[in-house]
Amino acid sequence: MKIHKYDTVIVGAGGAGMRAAIESTKRSRTAVLTKLYPTRSHTGAAQGGMAAALANVEEDNWEWHTFDTVKGGDYLVDQDAAEILAKEAIDSVLDLEKMGLPFNRTPNGTIDQRRFGGHSRNHGEAPVRRSCYAADRTGHMILQTLYQNCVKEGVEFFNEFYVLDQLITEVDGVKKSAGVVAYELATGEIHVFQAKAVIYASGGCGKFFKVTSNAHTLTGDGQAAVYRRGLPLEDMEFFQFHPTGIWRMGILLTEGARGEGGILRNKDGERFMEKYAPVMKDLASRDVVSRSIYTEIREGRGCGPEGDHVYLDLTHLPPEQLDAKLPDITEFARTYLGIEPYTDPIPIQPTAHYAMGGIPTNVEGEVLSDNTTVVPGLYAAGEVACVSVHGANRLGTNSLLDINVFGRRAGIAAANYSQTADFVELPEDPASLVVEQIEQLRSSTGNERVAELRRELQETMDANVMVFRTEQTIKTAVEKIAELRERYKNVAIQDKGKRFNTDLLEAVELGNLLDLAEVMAVSALARKESRGGHYREDYPNRDDVNFMRHTMAYREVGDDGTETVRLDYKPVVQTRYQPMERKY
Amino acid sequence: MATPVMDKAETPGAAPAASPYITVTFRVRRFDPEVAADAFWEDFQLEIDPKERVLDGLHKIKWDMDGTLTFRRSCAHGICGSDAMRINGKNRLACKTLIKDINPEKPITVEPIKGLTVLKDLVVDMEPFFQAYRDVMPFLITKDTNEPTRERLQSAADRERFDDTTKCILCAACTSSCPVFWNDGQYFGPAAIVNAHRFIFDSRDEAGEQRLEILNDKDGVWRCRTTFNCTDACPRGIEVTKAIAEVKKALITRRF
Repeated sequence: MKIHKYDTVIVGAGGAGMRAAIESTKRSRTAVLTKLYPTRSHTGAAQGGMAAALANVEEDNWEWHTFDTVKGGDYLVDQDAAEILAKEAIDSVLDLEKMGLPFNRTPNGTIDQRRFGGHSRNHGEAPVRRSCYAADRTGHMILQTLYQNCVKEGVEFFNEFYVLDQLITEVDGVKKSAGVVAYELATGEIHVFQAKAVIYASGGCGKFFKVTSNAHTLTGDGQAAVYRRGLPLEDMEFFQFHPTGIWRMGILLTEGARGEGGILRNKDGERFMEKYAPVMKDLASRDVVSRSIYTEIREGRGCGPEGDHVYLDLTHLPPEQLDAKLPDITEFARTYLGIEPYTDPIPIQPTAHYAMGGIPTNVEGEVLSDNTTVVPGLYAAGEVACVSVHGANRLGTNSLLDINVFGRRAGIAAANYSQTADFVELPEDPASLVVEQIEQLRSSTGNERVAELRRELQETMDANVMVFRTEQTIKTAVEKIAELRERYKNVAIQDKGKRFNTDLLEAVELGNLLDLAEVMAVSALARKESRGGHYREDYPNRDDVNFMRHTMAYREVGDDGTETVRLDYKPVVQTRYQPMERKY
Repeated sequence: MATPVMDKAETPGAAPAASPYITVTFRVRRFDPEVAADAFWEDFQLEIDPKERVLDGLHKIKWDMDGTLTFRRSCAHGICGSDAMRINGKNRLACKTLIKDINPEKPITVEPIKGLTVLKDLVVDMEPFFQAYRDVMPFLITKDTNEPTRERLQSAADRERFDDTTKCILCAACTSSCPVFWNDGQYFGPAAIVNAHRFIFDSRDEAGEQRLEILNDKDGVWRCRTTFNCTDACPRGIEVTKAIAEVKKALITRRF
């Protein structure tokens, strides 16, 4: 076991982690621990753009953006946070341009902007061009630009280090972050990082679904680490299903395709979104579009022999426009489906995409241990966190924005904190939990296999807690997850070595996914209403009287060692906007 | 506007009646110094839909047959650059290579990319590769003392000038396909030059001369012998050899 000491430790090197690192490294001695090489992070898979009311191509302002974000989130958004997001969006985009990001340009040489779902002029009048973009590779460009600037600033990376535990020490009755424990993939060695401040920026957990746009590595490691240490997770029942994943594969096809004029059609060739969203049509918010797609499929208007998908039609767009604005997604259609998008429509289905919920933070990125109390020295930003700027449903292009605005804020806040705070003493035998977990997995002679349990988890999640949910389906999922968690105790791995043991890490990741799936399903069961991405067929309406509140889920361990999820609730911050019926 | 005919595109899995699965052999280069000093080939027979990816095949092996098989992967659709490997003798991303496109009749050989030290099975040491990248100063350098309040202006044509090289995902498929790099690990390699090109030809950047001097080094662009392996290997379709030629030309003319 090795012990390291840094002022600030950042967990994860996607957009939020690297944006934080650029700020933190300038101000404090910083280490970034990342389970992937930074440029492998899934920020790079984001395509369509980053919202900011630059008003480069038409009238726009941050207040309209705030409204759209609040409405898009079905009023579960904390409005003070959304206002910060929309206001700071403008400087965030300009900062990236100054760092070198190659945005597409207007004929005047300014940053070009395009339409995106849910972003509107003057509180819903018509779509507005607010998304700043670089073809359909905006996430790739953000990830590369941030990595380039990390190289420039000399950010210290620990690549292929898996953070498996959060260390917390109680000082004078206050729980403070003391550091993290990490596992080095190359050697199997355990490292303890003592740090004054820790920032989680480790991304989402979409891999508990089968059809997902998420990378294999998005297994909720950060959320699971803090949850197991007794900290809450907020709004985990809200998961976004992106309308246009490649049929059966789930690979993302950007909403920018519809922003450029692409149309969704059913088997009769009908532009069905006109029925569900007369104003915004194909550019309604993602939850609305995904439900509309499944409604078409359920009512027998799906495409293909099994009627299980619909089409994204780009055939009316000029090939030059597709080449210039959507080069990557058209290539995906050619590579993975053998389809030429110039002439043929692309089969799509909704794909599990984004966790609106996560580790609760305030607007400075400080992690909360209950509805109001800050954990000194602990921060989170990006998909792992819940500020909450996305509420019940995130708008497209607001996630690339979130990582930049709140990544930067967390980086500054954590570094400022570690400039003044002292190191907190490490708990006795700080690596014990991780050592025990690793040894248990390595020496297990059980008869359960990781791949099989993961497959069963993904199948139950897709079948029971996807776009449409009922009490019965969610209960089925809760019971199945409980069974899988029990069977997980008997999981065994084949690779017993120390060197690059990805067999072992996949087992650890499955454990994280199982914990988070349970939190999600239990949270969803209790929310007896429909709001944003959480749609209950047995409670099809939004219920502001009983459920205008954030879910806070805590892990409880009984005297006999049994683990349960305890739910509590937190008020929503409302400033300018009173909840209204949501129409697009 | 004509309404498209909606039943034209019925892939994948067009005919649900017949099983799409075929049996293929994966011949994988194995190496684990914790177990044995030498590398060896191991064959795996698996059932796979030819429309699946080589990565899916590797997962079938790892998840259902041999958990010790080790490789890097993440996004599984050609964006993250984790899974560059040598498949049937050519550098490709395992997640962007479909079984049907590489003749499943014969054993499919999968081995680590060349020129970087193999650490375990298909995992190589990426540090020398990233060091070469860092050496070309891969970040925008400007001499502005007063930062502009708005974005810098750049014409669409100036933006287009370096578009091709912005696509790089640092997968190392190009560099590890280069015979010069195999023979002499000191050569910067195509990926580092691509990333230097991305800034040399960006109208906003003001350190082109410095980067050119770095690449004028004995281990720089002049080592390139224009074999086009890199261009063939690039999973992003970057014209790598052309980018290197443009850097050479800029070194001669000092115009860029």
